[in-house]
Amino acid sequence: MSNFLDRLLNREPKSAKVAKDRLKLVLIHDRTAMTAQSLDRLKDDMIRVVSQHVEIDRDAVRVEVHKDGRRQRLIADIPLQTKRIRR
Amino acid sequence: MTGRVVTVTSGKGGVGKTTATANIGAALASEGHSVVCIDADIGLRNLDVVMGLENRIVYDLVDIIEGRCRLKQAMIRDKRLKEMYLIPAAQTRDKTAVSPSDMVRLCEELRIEHDWILVDSPAGIERGFRNALAPSDVVIVITNPEVSAVRDADRIIGLIEAEEKGPAQLIINRIRPDMVKRGEMLSVDDIIELLAIDLIGLIPDDEEIMKGTNRGEPIALNGKSVSGQAFRNIASRLQGNHVPYIDLYASNRIFDRIARFIRTGGD
Repeated sequence: MSNFLDRLLNREPKSAKVAKDRLKLVLIHDRTAMTAQSLDRLKDDMIRVVSQHVEIDRDAVRVEVHKDGRRQRLIADIPLQTKRIRR
Repeated sequence: MTGRVVTVTSGKGGVGKTTATANIGAALASEGHSVVCIDADIGLRNLDVVMGLENRIVYDLVDIIEGRCRLKQAMIRDKRLKEMYLIPAAQTRDKTAVSPSDMVRLCEELRIEHDWILVDSPAGIERGFRNALAPSDVVIVITNPEVSAVRDADRIIGLIEAEEKGPAQLIINRIRPDMVKRGEMLSVDDIIELLAIDLIGLIPDDEEIMKGTNRGEPIALNGKSVSGQAFRNIASRLQGNHVPYIDLYASNRIFDRIARFIRTGGD
């Protein structure tokens, strides 16, 4: 919300907020040894494997690492293609 | 008597490990506990000067381990507190002179006669840190509200977990409530959320702490100091007591009001 307000007023976010957001990402990388590149490769592999079984919306796939206390979880959101019904 | 071993560590250097060790030790000893502080930073001896005992060193940690003196000969009694002792680090050796099992053996002996053994860990994640961690029952990680210190704290917390010495407890040092209020410093809540471990102490950024270390007199013995109270509270929490946290923001408001009162002459 404060982010939204900042953008609306074209205001720089406060440095503490920037620090926290940067640290969130850094800690995930430090803890999992995962980089943006390795996450991209994983995403490509997942798209390849899943699309062998079901039709998916490739452009909308999101694969992210979330921090949950001292643990990390991999969250994949893979929207399925709606089946077109032919007349 | 079975003493408990508390290791104070941080990852990053210069965040206040040594000062915290000396002050928590002083707070415990002032309550009547028998306390031994060990400087585990071989080659970079520091705890002696913070405790004001630098002129009394004859033997050190490595002398004990290599059998050049008896344990009691290397324990320096504090000037003010009868039941507080320092085992200084060797200055002319390096960290390979001590092994984790040496530290475990030494602390096993100290536990018999003393209530608390505080181990001041060196910075870093190498041998010196492993030495300090090996004998510990309780691990305290200290950090500052700075990105580099918080990052290194997270790394150290992970290593402590991996060694099955966790969960570590957190001290946040050098908090400036005015900067937190302006959104220019990570808040206590931000840091706890990022590191996801339990808090055991909050220390404000207070020039009285440096004045104390300048003189080699722990601020924890100053009954009027807010920071002294913060260290005494940590000592109390270590004993399992539930102590509410000092409201740094509230005390700051009082200072603001006094400052304004002085500036305006009481209008």
